[in-house]
Amino acid sequence: MDASVSTVQGGRSVLERSPLHRLPDRVLQWGLSALAAGVLVLIAYFFIRLIGQSSTAFGHVGFLNFFVRNNWDVSQLQDGAACATAGNAGCTFGAWALLLGTVITSAIALVIGVPVAIATALFVTELCPRRFRGALAILVDLLAAVPSVVYGLWGVFVLIPDLKGFQQFLADTFSFLPFVGGTVAGPSYFIAGLILAIMILPIVSAIAREVISTVPSEHKEAALALGATRWEMIRIAVLPYSRAGITGGAMLGLGRAIGETIAVVLVIGNSPKLGEQIFSQGYTLSAVIANEFGEAASTPVYRSALFAAGLVLFVLTLLVNIIARRYVVRSTAGKRMAADVVAPEAPAGAAA
Amino acid sequence: MTQLAPISARRRRTDVAMRGLLGAGTVLALVPLVLVIYYLFHKGLSAWSKDFFTTDPNGNFLGYPGGIRSAILGTIEIVALATLISVPIGIGVGLYLTEYGKESKFANVVRYFVDVMTGVPSIVFGLFVYIVLVLARTGGSTFAGWKGAVALSLLMLPIVVRSSEVVLLLVPGSLREAALALGAPRWRVVTRVVLPTSLSGLVTGALLAVARGAGETAPLLFTVAFAQTLTGNLNGSMNSLPIQIYNDIQSPRAEVVTRAWGAALTLVLMILLLNLIARAASRRSRLG
Amino acid sequence: MNPETDTKNKDATDVSSPDQPAGQPQQTAEPAQRAPSETKRAAHSVTVENLHAYYGGQESIKGMSIKFPANEVTALIGPSGSGKSTVVRCINRMHEEIPGARAEGKVMLDDLDVYDAKVDLTAVRRAIGMVFQKPNPFPTMSIFDNVAAGLRLTGTKSENLRETVHKALRGVGLWGEVKNRLNEPGIGLSGGQQQRLCIARTIAVEPEVILMDEPASALDPVSTLKIEELVEELKERYTIVIVTHNMQQAARIADTTAFMLDGELIEHGPTNKIFTTPEDERTERYVTGKFG
Repeated sequence: MDASVSTVQGGRSVLERSPLHRLPDRVLQWGLSALAAGVLVLIAYFFIRLIGQSSTAFGHVGFLNFFVRNNWDVSQLQDGAACATAGNAGCTFGAWALLLGTVITSAIALVIGVPVAIATALFVTELCPRRFRGALAILVDLLAAVPSVVYGLWGVFVLIPDLKGFQQFLADTFSFLPFVGGTVAGPSYFIAGLILAIMILPIVSAIAREVISTVPSEHKEAALALGATRWEMIRIAVLPYSRAGITGGAMLGLGRAIGETIAVVLVIGNSPKLGEQIFSQGYTLSAVIANEFGEAASTPVYRSALFAAGLVLFVLTLLVNIIARRYVVRSTAGKRMAADVVAPEAPAGAAA
Repeated sequence: MTQLAPISARRRRTDVAMRGLLGAGTVLALVPLVLVIYYLFHKGLSAWSKDFFTTDPNGNFLGYPGGIRSAILGTIEIVALATLISVPIGIGVGLYLTEYGKESKFANVVRYFVDVMTGVPSIVFGLFVYIVLVLARTGGSTFAGWKGAVALSLLMLPIVVRSSEVVLLLVPGSLREAALALGAPRWRVVTRVVLPTSLSGLVTGALLAVARGAGETAPLLFTVAFAQTLTGNLNGSMNSLPIQIYNDIQSPRAEVVTRAWGAALTLVLMILLLNLIARAASRRSRLG
Repeated sequence: MNPETDTKNKDATDVSSPDQPAGQPQQTAEPAQRAPSETKRAAHSVTVENLHAYYGGQESIKGMSIKFPANEVTALIGPSGSGKSTVVRCINRMHEEIPGARAEGKVMLDDLDVYDAKVDLTAVRRAIGMVFQKPNPFPTMSIFDNVAAGLRLTGTKSENLRETVHKALRGVGLWGEVKNRLNEPGIGLSGGQQQRLCIARTIAVEPEVILMDEPASALDPVSTLKIEELVEELKERYTIVIVTHNMQQAARIADTTAFMLDGELIEHGPTNKIFTTPEDERTERYVTGKFG
């Protein structure tokens, strides 16, 4: 065999070079794989440590009681002894009010934010003249660039004083509805929900825009050719097709709303008593952690309770995100940053 | 004269009304943006002065409360460290996913969890680092600037991974094949072809992650002890813009609140600048 | 959906005398403003006068004039890029939906210019229906809902919908195949069935003219034949313009044929003549397969 002939096939010489030559490849491959695996291990590790740290509080108050009891009253904790003799129920760290607060503020955020986000997405992709589309989209996305502490600042010094009258007006006019009415103090579930709506708007809108722009034009044309008006075309061709993707987007927005801390803690009033109306002051799981961390740092069981709240937040957002992923399938071949594209429900053999 | 069956007035009205509604919704969405920017300038500019940027916030109890020098520098230091940690690791994981893992089961699991990580609240990352690094007094200190950087890097990591993967996938397979066909080993293909081609996209992704990290408060709350003066010591307490603002909001003094507005304006402008540079970088990209 | 208790024509392809189940008078979908008789439809012709169509700065139809006679099938033939689809999309004003596209000239539906400023766009499209090249039933709607889609837009009540939907399905010869599964998704049908569904959807709103842009080009030969048979029947009630790149198809079903090249109308006349004794040399070269 003539050793001077070396045909290069597929990048590897027919004549074998020393195994050392392949070392950098191996190193790179295993190094990067280890990195990727490391990320997974890290998440799992954090999760386990967080559970560990929360266990003291769960032990103190009872696992279920943490969720269903409404007695987050830290002053009870001073008398260590009295607390212990109060029976198995535990004298404090029932986080029901906090949990409910998280739910209420997130619900308000969704109710206000999602329709507006869908409206902007529809407007930008379907109705707006083409030359303005890019600029409008950028402007809506800019809402995401504002840090939460700045929203909090604005909320405290602009929104709360300026909307006090408005909140009172709403409370009076709609007092026939449950949970509406009473005197408005300023900070409230409502304001927190409003700010959260503003914060989730860019995410939901961006995903909705992506989804709406993937509606095949043939469906839109079919509607127009039947003599539909623009709105009717949106109603019968665009919205049904985008429903799943938009739902996924809304859920991602929900996850964001659940976990948001700083803006909420500044505008919700941080009152551990469950507020009676949406215009009352309240508390959320995230706000309690930020607010009471300083005090809690030196008391292990108190600190542990805050960790428990964090754990609940973590699990909640995890669940919401997992469910959202079912609706919004990521396109790995997408050319878009953080692209999320709907997986259309197409039965087998469809010509769609 | 032929008459076309006219569409009913009701349909016409509904069409106009709904289009108006959608337009109004869009305007509504932009109102907060306009208001926030307006108030930032309206209330924040008055705080700006030479002293504002050159003094620390440990001013007099009455009178000038001090500027935000330590906050700005602190943010720069902490975020820089977080970037140094998260960007290489993030690009590395992105490289793994596109060059080696591809569609394997393991790679898909990694992708799934990275995606899930983007949804984790920032406060939880703060708690993580608090438990693992602060309570454990790693490095001989409780709270420290570098621990805050670690918390921020956890936050930034999934953003970098996702954007890197998207950008790396845009490198045409034909380029890789051409390099391989010339006899280049895989690692050379990565370093000489894939990375340089996608560089500006990677930079864009990194800048966007930095912009996100620079604005976060919650992770720092549990990991970095607040210091008013310029310490420059990453292994000790440090100041940062978000924390400074957060504290100042709760002060009863009007001058301090004004300082908060000025600091907020500074922070937002920094973030906008980063976004602009990121956009410019992506426009110069040789891909997609 | 209960199947009609109509024993007369279960798989009726007889469209000229629509079925009238006992006790249910035919309801018109839109109030008034229509010719009084529904069974013998008035004849409508389309006349294009000096049409120019542009995509941005590029002129793709360069001053075309043609009359499409009432109740006849006119085929538009020509090589790719000759502008056949563009002309047709100008007739029902779908061309202007493309960003940057515009049209100038007149398109007369009988004696009404659809491009007249006072004319309502959606009314034009209601009167001039379109069947697309690729079947496009609404993916989230059932078979019934697909056919009813256009009717629902005008607020037709549900009781009245049933009649018209069934009639339309019979009219396209789909009734027998789908009468027991009207609630199933429209996209569950085969390609040929989907296209007939789309035609049913179009005729359900009772247009005056039907435009077809290569309606069978995405279908298999058997389905194509069914569509062609359908077109033959439909012309009794509608004026039909069909774009096709298949000359045999034109020869089979078209009364009149128009040959287009590079945005211009080269020749127009009875199909027989175009294919056997064309006047223009270019037409002759095209129909004998020398190019295109």
